[in-house]
Order: sequence, then structure tokens, then C-alpha cells
Amino acid sequence: MRPFAYVRASSTAAASQAAAGAGLSTPPTAAPVQFLAGGTTILDLMKLDVMQPGTLVDLAALRPSKGSDIEAGPAGLRLGAFATMAEAAEHPAVLRDYPMIAESLQLAASAQLRNMANLGGNLLQRTRCMYFRDPRSTACNKREPGSGCAALDGVNRQHAILGTSEDCIATYPGDFAQALIALDATLEIAGSDGTRTLPFADLHRMPGRTPHIETTLAPGDLITAIRVPAGPWTRRSRYLKIRDRESFQFALASAAVALELQGDSVRSARVALGGVATVPWRAREAEAALAGRPLDEASASAAAGAAYAAARPRRHNAFKVELGQRTLVRALLEARQMQV
Amino acid sequence: MNGMTRRTFLSSTPALGSVGALPLAGGCASTAGSTMPASGADAGPIAMSLSVNRTPHALSLDPRTTLLDALREHIGLTGTKKGCDQGQCGACTVHLDGRRVLSCLTLAASVGPREVTTIEGLAPAPDALHPMQQAFIDHDAFQCGYCTPGQIMSAVACVSEGHARSAAEIREYMSGNICRCAAYPNIVAAIEQGRAGMPGT
Repeated sequence: MRPFAYVRASSTAAASQAAAGAGLSTPPTAAPVQFLAGGTTILDLMKLDVMQPGTLVDLAALRPSKGSDIEAGPAGLRLGAFATMAEAAEHPAVLRDYPMIAESLQLAASAQLRNMANLGGNLLQRTRCMYFRDPRSTACNKREPGSGCAALDGVNRQHAILGTSEDCIATYPGDFAQALIALDATLEIAGSDGTRTLPFADLHRMPGRTPHIETTLAPGDLITAIRVPAGPWTRRSRYLKIRDRESFQFALASAAVALELQGDSVRSARVALGGVATVPWRAREAEAALAGRPLDEASASAAAGAAYAAARPRRHNAFKVELGQRTLVRALLEARQMQV
Repeated sequence: MNGMTRRTFLSSTPALGSVGALPLAGGCASTAGSTMPASGADAGPIAMSLSVNRTPHALSLDPRTTLLDALREHIGLTGTKKGCDQGQCGACTVHLDGRRVLSCLTLAASVGPREVTTIEGLAPAPDALHPMQQAFIDHDAFQCGYCTPGQIMSAVACVSEGHARSAAEIREYMSGNICRCAAYPNIVAAIEQGRAGMPGT
């Protein structure tokens, strides 16, 4: 690992100032000053020499000293960004009223990592594309803008089929993000100019011609909380994740679904897809296909077909088109059966 | 070797003796690092104190030093093992304030006042074993043994977290600890026995 300076931030404002001043012209992932929270992504990528910050600003002092910083009320859920994945996954109100969120966290990473990783950092975890993670691979537009993409014609079994571009097909690896985009979450963000809110759906950027710019955040921006609005669909929600091994593995395909039913008919559906797209992926086409219809195998299959109509598979990942559709169908039918 | 074990031999080698790991006489109130602005920061060694198995240690370490390397290379506690060194195998599992974490992805400087517990600090007395350690012996829950300290630290936390209620739950909540010898059936059986021996669970 390259040398870096280690400092502890005494306040959110000080942390933002320290990170903003050093790299306003760069995307946050390339800025010379980086935040350290759980450390599970950044220390890994620094050991791999994929990220090379000159300074780490440790946010440990900003963590609430007591409690899990999770509040649930009639308007919805507020998750402090410093809550760990484990704290959120095991919170009674999350388990009862937002099962999709609890499942998305329980099925991610390992127990040790869930004790370490914070929710804010989890949302900003970076792709597991092996060409991105290996600096010996010279072609990666995300790591080295303009260098090309080794995955396009390389080993791309794990790569995305939705939201891709000719410059990048790296998969967004997270699970929690799929629950948040399905449930219309918003973020509270502290920046060098003060605080603001941002719809979660506006956080991540499609790769396009600039895959190295992954989010709409600026250097110094810090996610401080996540808000999830309440609704009659949150209890009938689930997250289904399909992997190469049963546990401690990233998704090949996943589906986050939340349903509001009226009898057997779908009043409204919220659908997001993981493991198959370059960013957290809301499947509005599937939602439209379900609205007002009885939920059965035929309508679920039609919705899944709509969700993947725009899929652009490469040489090794064409299986994800069918796997993703089957995953969504199963998630929808299982959500229908939930006792809420 | 005059009754010297591999562990005492490793602990007495010159490379280990030359580094600055000094047990503190008193408490460990000081905090790691500084709060100076980033513009004035440098990459030199930083002073910190770590409380490991209830023993305070004053250290001056390169900021890059992980908790794993601090334990093994600077404090001389080699029970915690380095496997993949990138968060994928669980061999380096220790407890921070009772919660299991990966010491390879934890900077020593960021530990702060939290209590570190390693495999060396698990037993209630020097000549005794923790019930989970005994259970791993009773069930032959290892072959080469390299992953075992991490498995045991993770298993103790798995039980105390309340996630060892069935064999299936144990398998799920122990998935962060890889055993390349594949002693998994014995590990699950050991955890079921160890669970029964842990008070309050």
C-alpha cells in the first residue's frame, strides 16, 4: 500500500472541508483526500493499488456514540449513514415494516463485514469487475479514463447487461441500493456548501462515456442519512438474491420487489434489479406491466420480459437475461404470498 | 529447543523485539492520530494506544499498519492469522468491543478506545480453554488449523449475536470464515456444542 497521511475529522463540516479543498476538479473517487468509515472498500482498493489517496480522513469521531442511529415513525424510516449494515439488518422496525431492506443487508457480505461497513459507504461501494480491480490490466476506463475496456471482449460473465455503454459494462455490486431505489429513498448530504437532500435515484450515474464518474457527489460531500418513505407496499416487500454460492457472494441476479395489492390485483408495484446493471436499477417497465393486473405467473413473466427488454448481453453473460427474469418472477410470486 | 515452543521462539526473534511495542503502566486514554487539517498532514508514524485482551499497548506505527499487522508484528500476538489480507477469508477475525470484525481491513490507527479481543484473550484463565475452543478440539473441527483462530472468534460472536440457533443459521452466519480443508460439518457441530457451554445464550 502506498503511504498516506491519516487524520481524524472532529466534525462533519471539518471532514467536508478537508476533502473538498484538495480535489474539486476530480470526481470524488479520484480525489487525493478520501473518507475512511468502515474501511471495507477503500482499504481493499488501496491494497490493490486501485485507489491511491494521499490522505485518509477518519470519520470515526462523527459516529453517534450511543444507539444505532435508526429511527422509524409514521412518515418512514431514517437510517443514519454511520449505522452498520448489521445494525440496520437486525433493527426490529426494519425487519417488521421493511423486510426488503433487512433481507438486502442480511444477504450481503459476511457477518464480519456487516459489523464494519456503514450504510453510507455501502451505497458507494465500487464494482467488482476484475479488470477494474487489477491495475496490471491496462484497459479500464473506470480506473484510467480513455484506456479502454478489457471486459467488453474479455471474461465478462459477471458483467452488466442493463445500463451499459461501449466504454464500460461493470456491474454495480450492491444489494441495499436496490431496496432503496425501489422504495424511493432520499439521501441527506453534507457538503462544503452546507446540507442538502438528494433522491437516491439521482446518486449514481450511468457509465456512458465517463465511467470514472460514478456518482453526482462532489469531493467533500458526505452522505449523513438515508430516508425511506412509509407506504402500504413496504411490508409486502422482499429481496431475492441468486449467487454462484449460497452465501458471502455478490449477486448474479437479484430482484427487489414491493407490492400494494387489492385482492389479487396489483395496485402498485415497485421493482429494482441487482447484479445485472451498471447502476442501482429501477425497472419501471416491469412496474407498468403489473399495474392493475392480477398477479400470477403470466403477468409476472410479462413484467420480467419488459424489465429485460433492453438487455445487451456480451459473450459470457447472456445467461443473465433468463436468470434475471426468473429471479424477478419468483420474487413477485413470493411477495404475493407474504402474510402482512 | 529447551522447551521453547514455536510461539515463544517467534515472540523472541530480534525482528519482533526491535519494534516499539511498550505495555503501558496505566490506562490508555490517548487517542490515535491527530485532528490537524489535511493540508498539514504527513505520512509519518503516528502514536496510538491499543487495548488488546485488556492490556494497553502504546505504539508508534506507520498509518498503513492494519490491526492485523499491529497484533502480529508489533505486539507479538500471532494467534490471529493472515490469510487473504483482503477481507475474503475470515482468518484474521477478532472482536472489537465484542463484535467480530476483520483485522486485515481495519487500520490500527482507527481502532481508538475500543477493546480488542484476540484468540489469546478468549480463555478465562491461562491454563483453561473457552468452551468454544474445547468444542473445536472435541469435534476435530479443523485439519491444518490455519483458519481455526478466526473460526473460533467468529463462532463465539455468532453465538453471542444470537445467530447460532440452528445448523442452517450457523452455516449462514459463519460464511465469512473459509476453511480450505473443508472441515465445515465438524465446525458446525463444534459450534452447537460450544453454544451450550456459553453462559447467557
